[in-house]
Amino acid sequence: MSLTHLTIAESVKQLESGSISSAELTEAHIRAMEGARALNAFIVETPDLAMDQARAVDARRGKGERGVLEGVPLAIKDLFCTKGVQTTAGSKILEGFIPHYESTVTANLWRDGAVMLGKANLDEFAMGSSNMTSAYGPVESPWKRQGDNRPLVPGGSSGGSAAAVSARLAPGATGTDTGGSIRQPAAFCGIVGIKPTYGRCSRWGTIAFASSLDQAGAFARTVEDSAIMLGSMAGYDPKDSTSIDLPVPNYRASLGRSVKGLRIGIPKEYRVDGMSGEIDKLWRQGEAWFRDAGAEIVEISLPHTRYALATYYIVAPAECSSNLARYDGVRYGLRMPGKDLTELYEATRAQGFGAEVKRRILIGTYVLSAGYFDAYYIKAQKVRALIARDFSDAFKSCDLILTPTAPSAAFALGEKTEDPIAMYLNDVFTVPASLAGLPGISVPAGLDSGGLPLGLQLIGRPFDEETVFAGAAALEKAAAFKAVPQIMAA
Amino acid sequence: MSGIIEGETGSWEMVIGLEVHAQVTANSKLFSGAPITFGGEPNTQVSLVDAAMPGMLPVLNEYCVEQAIRTGLGLGAQINRLSVFERKNYFYPDLPQGYQISQYAHPIVGKGEIEIDLPDGTVKSIGVTRLHLEQDAGKSLHDQHASKTFVDLNRSGQALMEIVSEPDMRSADEAAAYVRKLRTILRYLGTCDGNMDEGSMRCDVNLSMRRPGEPFGTRCEIKNVNSIRYIQAAIEYEARRQVDVLEEGGKIAQETRLWDTRQHVTRSMRSKEEAFDYRYFPDPDLLPLELDEQVIERVKNSLPELPDAKKKRFIGDYGLSPYDAGVLVAEQTRAEFYERVLAGKRDPKITANLLITELLGGLNKGGHDIDDSPISADALGELIDLLADNTISGRIAKDVFAEMFATGKGAAAIVQEKGLRQVTDTGAIDAVIDAVIAKNQDKLAEYRSGKDKLFGFFVGQVMKESGGKANPALVNQALKAKLAG
Repeated sequence: MSLTHLTIAESVKQLESGSISSAELTEAHIRAMEGARALNAFIVETPDLAMDQARAVDARRGKGERGVLEGVPLAIKDLFCTKGVQTTAGSKILEGFIPHYESTVTANLWRDGAVMLGKANLDEFAMGSSNMTSAYGPVESPWKRQGDNRPLVPGGSSGGSAAAVSARLAPGATGTDTGGSIRQPAAFCGIVGIKPTYGRCSRWGTIAFASSLDQAGAFARTVEDSAIMLGSMAGYDPKDSTSIDLPVPNYRASLGRSVKGLRIGIPKEYRVDGMSGEIDKLWRQGEAWFRDAGAEIVEISLPHTRYALATYYIVAPAECSSNLARYDGVRYGLRMPGKDLTELYEATRAQGFGAEVKRRILIGTYVLSAGYFDAYYIKAQKVRALIARDFSDAFKSCDLILTPTAPSAAFALGEKTEDPIAMYLNDVFTVPASLAGLPGISVPAGLDSGGLPLGLQLIGRPFDEETVFAGAAALEKAAAFKAVPQIMAA
Repeated sequence: MSGIIEGETGSWEMVIGLEVHAQVTANSKLFSGAPITFGGEPNTQVSLVDAAMPGMLPVLNEYCVEQAIRTGLGLGAQINRLSVFERKNYFYPDLPQGYQISQYAHPIVGKGEIEIDLPDGTVKSIGVTRLHLEQDAGKSLHDQHASKTFVDLNRSGQALMEIVSEPDMRSADEAAAYVRKLRTILRYLGTCDGNMDEGSMRCDVNLSMRRPGEPFGTRCEIKNVNSIRYIQAAIEYEARRQVDVLEEGGKIAQETRLWDTRQHVTRSMRSKEEAFDYRYFPDPDLLPLELDEQVIERVKNSLPELPDAKKKRFIGDYGLSPYDAGVLVAEQTRAEFYERVLAGKRDPKITANLLITELLGGLNKGGHDIDDSPISADALGELIDLLADNTISGRIAKDVFAEMFATGKGAAAIVQEKGLRQVTDTGAIDAVIDAVIAKNQDKLAEYRSGKDKLFGFFVGQVMKESGGKANPALVNQALKAKLAG
């Protein structure tokens, strides 16, 4: 089997036994990455750094303890600050910015022996569902609709990460999820994407979009691989006041748990208007798989779900309008000259930010303004609390919630860019769990009539990623998803 | 000066409220571990958080929280068990995050009060509305380059307590007394060094004018008035300006004004319409601050004796006048010095007199306070002991003190060296008295014929003859007997 087709678990095993070296494995992925530049999955490739790290891992083989990702090359979403490697958040305003520090999440991965292949492309400041808002150009999905050669979007905002893992340029990648930025691209690219509970992974050193929603997570091609990655990334960090001081369980061990007797909740309000018949069919198929595995299907109600998108598009822009104020041209990143301070600010931010980021800064500034704050921001926070309560009520009668990940399969590049609302609707199934801070996973579960992957989402109780992984493993087994993208490294 | 201004159309009364920004005494900043010391080279005390690098997050400094609690308790204020840090959003180069983390709707400390002493001897209570914690901004340096502004972020992120008063003050003197008293309390508590010169205490003045007894008028806020002298001058100027506008039939526009330290005038900075919309909202990077009862209790138990209580004790236990007690407690170091001199054994009034009149008086001439005293508490005690055991007289004591102050020498050494020891040998005193009487037979006759007042003359002569060293009590006693014949 080609080295680029190995899963993380398989790679770790072979590296441990010495049948392959990290240098070989890394080299194979570097070649794959070079061969698939047309996808534009990476903003920066770091082959030299990767080879140095790989050789260092190989050199210490057999000496001392091995990390859980010892020698495994990964793609890192370009929202994680990486020491000495340009970090842009997909924005022109940070072009050339090289951090002097390493994000906690990536530091955890390096601690466990992982190797960095490069910085994966993303929607600018993680704002988008298509990866078309990146200042470094859109990412193309490795998948094609049958009989249609038009390039498709990989989803977003972690589009580069998802495309890279799907196209076998990396066995795993980091992502961040604010309203669905891991789960939706995972579904579009036919891979697994896990967003843990808010507070599970440190946000320190990850460029902020919306602080109360942002959460790091992982992409991989199997549930097991995603569990291995999250186990490394997660953990309490005193440098992040919202990180939770709880031990990180052995996620991998939870994969073997039976789902027999588990209660799977089906939210009746999620059968949204305009959802395709194919999605609905897949969803019912998911129910059947769980029933067959001995789980119990229960109908649940999440009555405030219909306000989730509206709430999200107040809370997230409000926080982003403030979080992005630091990009002012004064200390780092882009600076456009101006005859006075105001001009400098205006020119820098006008040049440095793209249309979607500007739109959200404007929305956020508006909803926080005097006279509108109560009607928008305060109201949204109240609704957010109700949405969270919906979930905690629902979890009294179920252990996991099953939903589609996205209302459709991937769309063509440029198809929905003219209509931001249509784009926002992509996140209709993922946003509620984000607002409630709950863990969610997308598992590839089937193909639509055009041959494009579709995902099913499982949502769990706070900090109960173990049950989420157990359910995901059962789903993965039942779905037996074997389809591969058209563009794929050999 | 009175807070009433007599205008052409009648009397106007000042209504004053103050916002004091007090830098919290702490080893590191409010949300970062960067150290703080005054006067560091620019941008040498800046962490990644203070410079707002991408992905950086604030972590609350618990010591600063304790300092705010300590201050709140010191002001007799309510400590709020739950408070919230919010973002105050505005753009400025010395504000790296593009927002200041502050407290808005839910401050850590609620209502309290400060008692100020008025010149007529009465005490007035000034309400404290609230105290909240917030980050300081950096400094923009406009004088380093012809066309560029430099930014120093050393101050960026330092903890400030904003202490807001009620509009309870009615004159510039009251405002000055409030700031002085607040500074004294903060210094006692060790929560702010109160050095206005170094900017660790800064003040915004809110002022409006009204006809006495009528509702409040429209106020103006005067920003960054950074010495007590300027606070008084700015109030006097602004009050006059407002009265002039009002008397001409004009209206006061609610606005923010700036104190011009060179021209000694206030200037309009921005109108209400131009006021920033700060778009406050709870900082999602920080959880609401919930205070543990035990922490509050622990801080409460560690509070020092505060100036008001100390003053009461000095009056009650030591029999000092309210004025003297007030002078001694105005600085914690003075009160400490005083009690060190007393050492539980010396006379409180004599000690207070000597300390206030001689020592503080002397120091004050050079613009110093007790910290700079060339005479230690023990040395002053030694002088008082010489006075108490009649080794020297009160008059000689002053000379000895002057010598101590000038040279730093000990009292006993000076007395010894200069032969200032009081004469207590009754034989020697008798001899002097005999000599004086012998020289003044005429005065003796007058005295004996009933001119009692001449007693003073004889005392004076005896003291003069003895070089001031004769013990006055013994002189009195012996002289009385001898004159009586």
